[in-house]
Amino acid sequence: MPDLLTVKGLTKSFQSGGGLFQRPRTMMAVREVSFSLRKGEVLGVVGESGCGKSTLARLVLRLIEPTSGQVTFDGTDLRALSAPALRRMRQRMAMVFQDPYSSLDPRFTLAQVLAEPFTVQDQKAPDPGAMLETVGLPATMAQSHPHQLSGGQRQRVGIARALALSPDLVVLDEPTASLDVSIQAQIIALLSQLRDERGLTYLFISHDLGLVRYFCDRVLVMYLGAVVEVLPRADAAPRHPYTAALQASAFVPDPGQRRALAPLTGEIPSPFDLPPGCAFAGRCPRASDLCRMKRPELEPGPHPVACFHPLKD
Amino acid sequence: MSLLQLKDVSVSIGQVALLDRISLSVAKGEILGLVGESGSGKSLTALAAMGLLPLIGGRITGGAVAFDGKDMAAMTEAQRRSQRGGRIGFVTQNPMTALDPVTRIGAQIDEVSRLHLGLTRAQARARTVDLLTQLRIPEAATVANAWPHQLSGGMKQRIVIAMALAGDPDLIIADEPTTALDVTVQAQIIQILGALVRDRGLALLLITHDMGVVAQLCDRVAVLYAGRLAEEGPTAPIFAAPGHPYTRALIGCIPTEGMAKGTLQGIPGTVPGALTFPPGCRFHPRCPRAQAVCATQTPQGNPACHFPGGADA
Ligand SMILES: Nc1ncnc2c1ncn2[C@@H]1O[C@H](COP(=O)(O)OP(=O)(O)OP(=O)(O)O)[C@@H](O)[C@H]1O
Ligand SMILES: Nc1ncnc2c1ncn2[C@@H]1O[C@H](COP(=O)(O)OP(=O)(O)OP(=O)(O)O)[C@@H](O)[C@H]1O
Ligand code: SF4
Ligand SMILES: [Mg+2]
Ligand SMILES: [Mg+2]
Repeated sequence: MPDLLTVKGLTKSFQSGGGLFQRPRTMMAVREVSFSLRKGEVLGVVGESGCGKSTLARLVLRLIEPTSGQVTFDGTDLRALSAPALRRMRQRMAMVFQDPYSSLDPRFTLAQVLAEPFTVQDQKAPDPGAMLETVGLPATMAQSHPHQLSGGQRQRVGIARALALSPDLVVLDEPTASLDVSIQAQIIALLSQLRDERGLTYLFISHDLGLVRYFCDRVLVMYLGAVVEVLPRADAAPRHPYTAALQASAFVPDPGQRRALAPLTGEIPSPFDLPPGCAFAGRCPRASDLCRMKRPELEPGPHPVACFHPLKD
Repeated sequence: MSLLQLKDVSVSIGQVALLDRISLSVAKGEILGLVGESGSGKSLTALAAMGLLPLIGGRITGGAVAFDGKDMAAMTEAQRRSQRGGRIGFVTQNPMTALDPVTRIGAQIDEVSRLHLGLTRAQARARTVDLLTQLRIPEAATVANAWPHQLSGGMKQRIVIAMALAGDPDLIIADEPTTALDVTVQAQIIQILGALVRDRGLALLLITHDMGVVAQLCDRVAVLYAGRLAEEGPTAPIFAAPGHPYTRALIGCIPTEGMAKGTLQGIPGTVPGALTFPPGCRFHPRCPRAQAVCATQTPQGNPACHFPGGADA
């Protein structure tokens, strides 16, 4: 089956930090990211705060322009599309934004928020109450305004809206970050069901490796803008020391097992001024001189990893 | 002695009663975790404690909030304002409500320590850069010159934490302060907060949906359900033997290591909205041990349940 989405060499740089006495500096938020996604597949993206996950999501949907690189959706190069053609194409892609506060128009009731994707397309909107119920919200909330909702309630309205038009691809940026485990479970069950029934394809961004492993088929691990590992199966053992550290530092939900948390120590390198070697070398327990001098490439293969001293498969 | 005390606090917005007789207290050197499903009233409780309900059109309709033994209602607004940011630091759930989009983030943090600690411009900036570095923001001096929209979700969240810490407060109320952070950064921040509590005798009210964080960090935990307190007490015994069926259900839906796909379960049913709170125990429609009395009489006490303790029948 052909890939639904192909991303090649996506790169985005930003200028930032210019102040009264400082020259603006350039940083690469996303560096040379490539991957593809088959229809019905769930691809996870994990990585530290600020590593470029949300930027990648926006690039994939062409909400921002890449500095270089290519995104192909269902065989069409998104960069080549005219504005109206892109708008039509976008109906097949939906996004759940990380910030549930600024993504809902405060003037609208939830019924209006949920009807909007349909009215834009001259379609009749289904019952908003039923849409709310699919994400665990009471139907009576349809007449509420976004500011009357709690953080997790807003996040779920964003999910309901993204799923409304039965898109082919849904990009979810931390969709369950402000939800407790009980509702998280319900949302994941809903997403799985839609994938089974309608063949939805997801790009699922999260900083929660445990959740991603539970839900996704494959997982990209990002570090400072670049992909450092692709877990070929959700249960594959990590090969990159960063992925291993992510896995080891989970909080155990048992007060009887309190342990001294061992956060990664060492400097996080500056995204404005990347070191010549591996970006993780300063914090890596396995780093050697080679790692500090030369940048490891993502080695292709069944379980790609960008590391000179990977853990055993 | 408790630094913050809520006694039978009830809250309404307009005609809608949202919180019903909430009692909590946090002592110096203590961390109280406040948990409950999305929409249960955690953020409203924080706003009530901060005296910020008027901002969202809400008001306290019963009970009292005392800070350091003084009734907040008896203070002037000016006194309350100097307490916020000075003696009480507040980390809001939505970072953007705390950040001014048109002021560089460093200046916003500097402002707090200049106002409340009387630092000079240069001293304040040094403190800001130091705080940001501790919170694992790389290149803090450059990032301090950035605008809020140039930061990732997790970076904004840490800016708000830095603002709450900048005034060297005695009490911190933190509403989901680490939702956008991966475990490695989260561990670091939790450790910083924990150290402040131990070394400086800070009091911390930590709102979170992450039972792992509660288990690892909190001395005591309070469980909210549908605007009422279900149960409150020391963390270890509550995890070992939850008295309230809702607490047991919450703990029961924590994903565990190596869990098979499709086995993650939520609590059946949904949190009722304020307009549809059921009579009697508000949890009874979802409760595995509910009896006839649960549907008619409001359970009192701690745990607030007619049939507390023991295993589910
Ligand atoms: N408009 C912008 N201008 C300048 N820099 C930006 C802009 N948007 C993002 N960045 C920078 O790009 C980097 C990556 O940001 P991004 O939002 O993609 O991170 P993220 O992985 O989603 O992080 P988080 O988990 O915290 O949400 C950050 O260092 C951020 O400051
Ligand atoms: N301004 C408002 N007007 C009317 N109802 C409101 C308002 N703000 C909150 N509510 C309602 O009060 C209830 C509690 O909201 P609150 O924000 O305290 O929840 P929460 O426990 O913090 O949830 P979350 O984990 O999702 O942030 C929710 O059902 C919400 O819909
Ligand atoms: S009072 Fe009844 S319904 Fe409520 S939690 Fe206890 S057993 Fe369940
Ligand atoms: Mg992000
Ligand atoms: Mg909240």
